[in-house]
Amino acid sequence: MNTAFSEETLKRIEEVMTRYPTRQAAALPVLYLAQKEFGYINEEALSAVALALHISRAEVYGLATYYSMFSTGPMGRNVIHLCDNLACTLLGAESLRSYLERKLGIKMGETTPDGRFTLKNAECLGACGQAPVMLVNDDFYEALTESTIDEVLEKYL
Amino acid sequence: METILLNRIHLENSRSISVYMAHEGYEALKKALSMPPAEVVNEVKRANLRGRGGAGFPAAMKWGFAAADPKKPKYLLCNADEGEPGTCKDRQIMEGDPHELIEGMIIAGYAFGAEYGYIYLRAEYPRLGGILDQAISEAEEKGFLGKDICHSGFNFTIRVHRGAGAYICGEETALIESLEGKRGQSRIKPPFPVNVGAFGLPTVINNVETLANVPHIILKGGDWFAGIGPAKCPGTRIISLSGHVNRPGYYELPMGVSFREVIYEHGGGIRDGKELKAFIPGGASSPCLTPNHLNVGMDYDSVSAAGSMLGSSALMVMDQDTCMVKVAGRLMRFFVHESCGRCTPCREGTDWLLSILDRIEAGGGKEGDIELLRDICDNIAGKTFCPLGEGALGPVRGTLKYFEEEYREHIRIKGCTLKI
Repeated sequence: MNTAFSEETLKRIEEVMTRYPTRQAAALPVLYLAQKEFGYINEEALSAVALALHISRAEVYGLATYYSMFSTGPMGRNVIHLCDNLACTLLGAESLRSYLERKLGIKMGETTPDGRFTLKNAECLGACGQAPVMLVNDDFYEALTESTIDEVLEKYL
Repeated sequence: METILLNRIHLENSRSISVYMAHEGYEALKKALSMPPAEVVNEVKRANLRGRGGAGFPAAMKWGFAAADPKKPKYLLCNADEGEPGTCKDRQIMEGDPHELIEGMIIAGYAFGAEYGYIYLRAEYPRLGGILDQAISEAEEKGFLGKDICHSGFNFTIRVHRGAGAYICGEETALIESLEGKRGQSRIKPPFPVNVGAFGLPTVINNVETLANVPHIILKGGDWFAGIGPAKCPGTRIISLSGHVNRPGYYELPMGVSFREVIYEHGGGIRDGKELKAFIPGGASSPCLTPNHLNVGMDYDSVSAAGSMLGSSALMVMDQDTCMVKVAGRLMRFFVHESCGRCTPCREGTDWLLSILDRIEAGGGKEGDIELLRDICDNIAGKTFCPLGEGALGPVRGTLKYFEEEYREHIRIKGCTLKI
């Protein structure tokens, strides 16, 4: 019995499994569900995912550390991905990175002490025509300036 | 000027199936289902539709190979893992006209006999998953997806599979591994996916933009499509234009349009009245070109002949103040991050290249660094499992080819005098 997941998540996992011919193919969607439920891929999540997919914990750990969308450490309530690939760098992403780091008082990869934001750099978010861009949770913010960053951050508590 | 793909995206509620159907939507599917599958493949062959992912491989040829393999079921994977830096073209189709892609997938599935389709969507487009799911369920309600589509006896299902942030999964065999729930590391070819692909079965992988062209080809005919743009590579291309231009964004233009027209007419020229220094024609892995190449046409063959590649047609423009050593270093950091780590030349080589580029940019360049960069490139080229390692060389080789003097100056004066 897989008891670590909530009833609701277990139901969603069963639904996800119907989309693929093998259990393991559901690995990425199940890892997303686990990250949502546990906050990040911790020890408990590793075991629960392994049990759900019928693969080893080592394999799950391999996946969780291979794909950049999964985190094996705690994250803030809101995750900021600031792009600093070429198109964004050409239009000032580096100074925006310094601005964000100063404003939040953290470096790239860190989380604010109040747990409000985790700051990560992104390798191209696919919105190059509107550079510079960042993704906060699931939402894009484009043609960024210091003042639009100020406005955007206000929205996330 | 004729556009094909983005005609509907400015309509109100362009994503909805009712608007799509009011503008010829799903007419091509009905027509295709009345044709024998081989005839559908032939129509796309007549159109000479070449893959829009970057390699330019003829779509109908892939379909033909998969159709000829007796194993069943077969899979159609739509590569929506648009990850090549600079590229934001497929997003426009999925966001503004998702049914165009879905109809193209159903027709493709019918043509080579696939029953299952997956859209492998890049993780960085989280909202698009919901948009595509919505469009799929609308198509299911209307009977365009599911069992016995339009009473033809043909069954086809589409599901969205969200990736998790690995660039390499845009390479088709890594994409398959990732779909199967594994780390996205490339497979050795052969066997090719058309014979041994997803779950060991015949699989076609087509890019979003490729598939979105299919309904138009079926409706208006392969000959019509073949008459747009250059004969060797007909149709239009969605160009992602970024960097130091006045009007960045995306533009659907006939294949073969000149860089000059895209940068100066559509893009409004270089910002702040500055001069063009260089441009990257097809995403991070394509070597840069210079103002001397402005008259080159944006089609696969012409850009190859100019010594670069059209790739995903992501055009990144750089003005006179841009440091080309920094550009190479910035792009190299991307490849270091995205190297899957499986093979040594790519894993170690990209990291080594980056440390030299960063050192030169920071003023620590030494005599012999340029020769060392070239030597490392030669020892990666042709020695990696997949094209990522090869792609990582584009930024170094391109900038060294045209801006070697700028590298030498960095080493001479121990630093950089440019603004960016």
